[in-house]
Amino acid sequence: MLTGVEAKFITEQDWMGTPGKRKSRILFGLVLATFALLVAACAPDAPQDVLKPEGLFAREADRLWRIVFPIAVVIFFVVEGVLIFAVIKYRQRPGREAKQFHGNTKIEVALTAIPALILAGIAVPTVRTIFDLAEERPGSMQVTVNAHQFWWEYNYPELGITTANELHIPVGQPVRVRLEGLLTDPVDGTEEVIHSFWVPRLMGAQDVVPGRAEFVLLQADRPGEYWGECKEFCGLSHANMRLRVIAQPQEEFDAWVQDMQATEEHEATLEGADLFVNGADNIGQPCSACHSVEASQEQPRIGPNLGGFSERGTFAGAIFENNEENLSAWLRNPPAVKPGAKMPNLNLTSEQVDALIEYLQSLE
Amino acid sequence: MSAQEAAAHAPAEHQTSTGLDNVKLAMWAFLGSECLFFGSLISTYLLYRNRVLDGPRPHEIYDIPYTSVSSFVLLMSSVTMVLALAAIQRGDHRGLRIWLLATAMLGTVFIGGQVYEFTAFVEEGLKLSTSTFGSAFFVMTGFHGAHVTVGIFMLLSLVGMSMFGRLSDADGPRKVELIGLYWHFVDIVWIVIFTVVYLIPTN
Amino acid sequence: MATVVAPRRGIFARPTGATGWLSWVTTVDHKRIGIMYCVTAFAFFIIGGLEALLIRAQLAQPNGEVLSAEAYNQFFTMHGITMIFLVVMPMGVGLMNYLIPLMIGARDVAFPRLNAFSYWVFLLGGLFIYSSFFLGGAPDGGWFGYAPLSTQLPGDGMTFYSLGLQILGVASLAGAVNFIITIINMRAPGMTLMRMPVFVWMSLVTTFLLLFAMPVIAVALFQLMFDRVYEANFFRPSAGGDPLLWQHLFWLFGHPEVYIMILPAMGIVSDVLPTFARKPIFGYAAIVFAGIAIGFMGWGVWAHHMFAAGLGPVANSAFALSTMFIAVPTGVKIFNWIGTLWGGAIRITTPFLFAVGFVAMFIIGGLSGVSHSIVPHDQQQTDTYYIVAHFHYVLFGGAIFGLVAGFYYWWPKVFGYLLSEALGKLHFWLMFIGFNLAFAPMHILGLQGMPRRYYTYPDGMGWNFWNLISTLGGFVIALSFVVFIVNVIRSHKKREEAGDDPWDGRTLEWSIPSPPPEYNFARVPVVQARDDWWHKKYVETPEGEPTRVFAGGANGDDAHGSEEDAGHGIHMPDPSYFPLVASFGLPIMGYGVIFQPVLIGVGALILMLGLFGWVLEPSAEEAH
Repeated sequence: MLTGVEAKFITEQDWMGTPGKRKSRILFGLVLATFALLVAACAPDAPQDVLKPEGLFAREADRLWRIVFPIAVVIFFVVEGVLIFAVIKYRQRPGREAKQFHGNTKIEVALTAIPALILAGIAVPTVRTIFDLAEERPGSMQVTVNAHQFWWEYNYPELGITTANELHIPVGQPVRVRLEGLLTDPVDGTEEVIHSFWVPRLMGAQDVVPGRAEFVLLQADRPGEYWGECKEFCGLSHANMRLRVIAQPQEEFDAWVQDMQATEEHEATLEGADLFVNGADNIGQPCSACHSVEASQEQPRIGPNLGGFSERGTFAGAIFENNEENLSAWLRNPPAVKPGAKMPNLNLTSEQVDALIEYLQSLE
Repeated sequence: MSAQEAAAHAPAEHQTSTGLDNVKLAMWAFLGSECLFFGSLISTYLLYRNRVLDGPRPHEIYDIPYTSVSSFVLLMSSVTMVLALAAIQRGDHRGLRIWLLATAMLGTVFIGGQVYEFTAFVEEGLKLSTSTFGSAFFVMTGFHGAHVTVGIFMLLSLVGMSMFGRLSDADGPRKVELIGLYWHFVDIVWIVIFTVVYLIPTN
Repeated sequence: MATVVAPRRGIFARPTGATGWLSWVTTVDHKRIGIMYCVTAFAFFIIGGLEALLIRAQLAQPNGEVLSAEAYNQFFTMHGITMIFLVVMPMGVGLMNYLIPLMIGARDVAFPRLNAFSYWVFLLGGLFIYSSFFLGGAPDGGWFGYAPLSTQLPGDGMTFYSLGLQILGVASLAGAVNFIITIINMRAPGMTLMRMPVFVWMSLVTTFLLLFAMPVIAVALFQLMFDRVYEANFFRPSAGGDPLLWQHLFWLFGHPEVYIMILPAMGIVSDVLPTFARKPIFGYAAIVFAGIAIGFMGWGVWAHHMFAAGLGPVANSAFALSTMFIAVPTGVKIFNWIGTLWGGAIRITTPFLFAVGFVAMFIIGGLSGVSHSIVPHDQQQTDTYYIVAHFHYVLFGGAIFGLVAGFYYWWPKVFGYLLSEALGKLHFWLMFIGFNLAFAPMHILGLQGMPRRYYTYPDGMGWNFWNLISTLGGFVIALSFVVFIVNVIRSHKKREEAGDDPWDGRTLEWSIPSPPPEYNFARVPVVQARDDWWHKKYVETPEGEPTRVFAGGANGDDAHGSEEDAGHGIHMPDPSYFPLVASFGLPIMGYGVIFQPVLIGVGALILMLGLFGWVLEPSAEEAH
């Protein structure tokens, strides 16, 4: 016999009786929406889409995903389905009493063993891939990456080139990236922080930890421009520390290398060149105190190497298109357009800005 | 008064499910937590003792004989603590106070020795800011010293409580035992630190 | 030898008031403390939620201008700190506070004043951290505070972080010791460990996790503080400091921490579902042991937060395996909850909906969690919105849904009146829809390459649409909580009496009046079975179905005692000022470290005086 309060809940009709069908329809709608969500995930074209690997090593990780994700989806539908089924089927109805069982050893053992077996099945290819990705590949090109707040520095030790933010690689060749964590930031002597090097379509991320060196493999299967970003929170402009990997067919890459190795000669006559190297009274330091304009000349490594700058599509951690308007805004006041940028406001006059832009756009 | 009402009167808090005293169990739980506290500090030290980019290295600066003496002093303080507990358990309150004071004194000598050692190290060029070794060493031993100091305060409080007759009831020995547990734990931590930090040679 | 002891007087006589604000400030009653915890945590939930809405407003569109980078970094840091340390953990502890003594047949916790101390330290710790907004800027290095960024961020924000979390840690540790002893040592006669409600078991595991995890982060936070304030070198790479040391210490704490957050909610669900299905929990022993297993295994998975940190293939593989296998006990619980519903006679009430919502959302969060153990793919997932999706599914879809289920379920017991079912169900559906709108798209955003902790994103990344949807979902969640607040206000006015046992519950708390008297039980119950209260009401027929033992109310006479008997001769611990006094010492010491070293001594002195008063004040018996 039930008290009035209890009876109230048994007979409350907003979810019982005919609305049971309505509830089924709502639930079905939710299931459909979930499905649509999943399908929609594949649809739009996002430059950093993890699900569209374009490189050998990203594909290895993706292969694991393509095993695990469908299993997870099946488990999702089965378990959620049973849950919803139970809620609907075993609703209180007049004359219904609950079966007072405490458990079922067989089922419980099975439902412990089956997930364990599924997981063991997933574990094997996972561990294999972990070790596989840690192996060296013969014939790899070597690149050293240093991460700064908030830009990327690349050194090609075998080629004697230093560049920044846009990483050129030959198509189809594995690149062994050495992520070398600097101890301090040469700009201001502060301790460098942890960053993470990530190009979603080509590789899983790897942290760049100050004082440590770690290796990661990179390879692009097709020519193209692949976008990446810093993935470990590193300060104010963590969101503005992007990068581009430019994969080129071998001849184009070789041509680029030669171009970068060659010394710049022709633009010494420009007014901006003089400004760059020697500075002016109203500027604290000349640009050359921090920036080199020769890819073959590593030092100074304080700011990004500007060798071949005119060929770059982006600058300032690959966040701005390389055009006059953006360069002008940047040169006038870097921290104003990129919070926390370590290039200071040099109080340049308009003429100085224009001269520098002309000079920068002549660097090939 | 019915049997049920009598049961309601009997202070349920004195009958524990395990038969063990609440406060003593609590002290054990707390000491368990402290094991992880000191474990983390000691692990940090072990990581950093060989990373000395600047300043003296561990075995250039440690004075093992000196620290052995102060370790012995602390060890003896555990003996006097046991004697203090034995005293109150047989109702000897004067003896309790004497042995508690002795424990506190030995503890103070230990702390004095630590202070002297720290100042000597600073003079010899090892500070908190000198190296990772310096940081790890001073924070680890500093926290231990802070624990000993808190222990000394508690011992002296017990002496005061005894003088005001507050340990004369049936609960008195339990309170002394509790502080004794803490004191012995702090001593054991020192034994671990002394062994790991001072005695085991570094590269 | 017993001596006559002169009545002792502390510095203050113990307060004796039972009403008014002073009685709340000096209370040592676990029920009042539990209410204060939950109310305070809910207030912080509103604040943390507003922070989330600001974040979502900023991210609704590319190149958002709602928040600057500086402000954004503070808001996402404080959102994390708030929700973890000032909402989910204290709500769990608040419910533990209120319910555990009732569920085990005790009159209070083992250490009532320590209990009060824990609450005040929590409140003051939360206020301490939030005061940073007005004292130079809030923490802005993320709730996880990775060094060396956290050691060198300018300003005092991260110093507030290191000290504030330290203060909160003291509250957690004190609470942990209290509840461990309470559960182990203060059970009513016949309440064996295997007869305890699952909520009590999960709380026991949680408190052991707290006991051992808090000291590890305490060390990390001290090291961070020493680096920032006293020029130590723990995380200074140029001096040989290893940034990964911070990560190891942090995650050694951090992973057990997530189980600390979820286990109480799992316990709640394990007690709510059987009541509304009208049958016992399926596989009680398995659920209990699965919880214990999770508690142990949770110590062995921490480096799965560091798969991209460069630990090497051996370590990565080991942690991949341990992470995969912790899914096994988790799965056991999920299947057992479903088994609890199977064959039941389910009443679909608001608490039931939230409990089922928990299970449904936790399945999703658990599956995405397993996908993180696929290390090479986790290196794609980590630090993206895919991870944000995962942990919101387990912590919001899981812990918050579970805690809210607990609120609705135990509300009539605590306050004596029922919350409106209609508004409650509206709350549920709005929250369910809003939650999924807000967080489901984040799986997609993460897989489309959107990293975390970005104050803005450019156009053309393919992220615009789902960010907008997610923001919309956030506002729907907010609306759902407006409904909750309206429900509370209207139900309070309406005061529909709940009675002792409105849900026909199974556990001891339903055998006493709503709200319970100060002493909880007029007579300490003698427990004869698991779900003892249920078995006093129902007996099983040979077909395995329950039938009522008697008509009308339950064993009213035994449990309640008569009105005249009630409270007669039962001495409850007197209120005390000293937990509050002592608790002030801690934030003062914190301010001392940041601003004025003299305050460190002042705070320590206050703490010491508070503790002395606490130890020396007359205990309850002598005062009467």
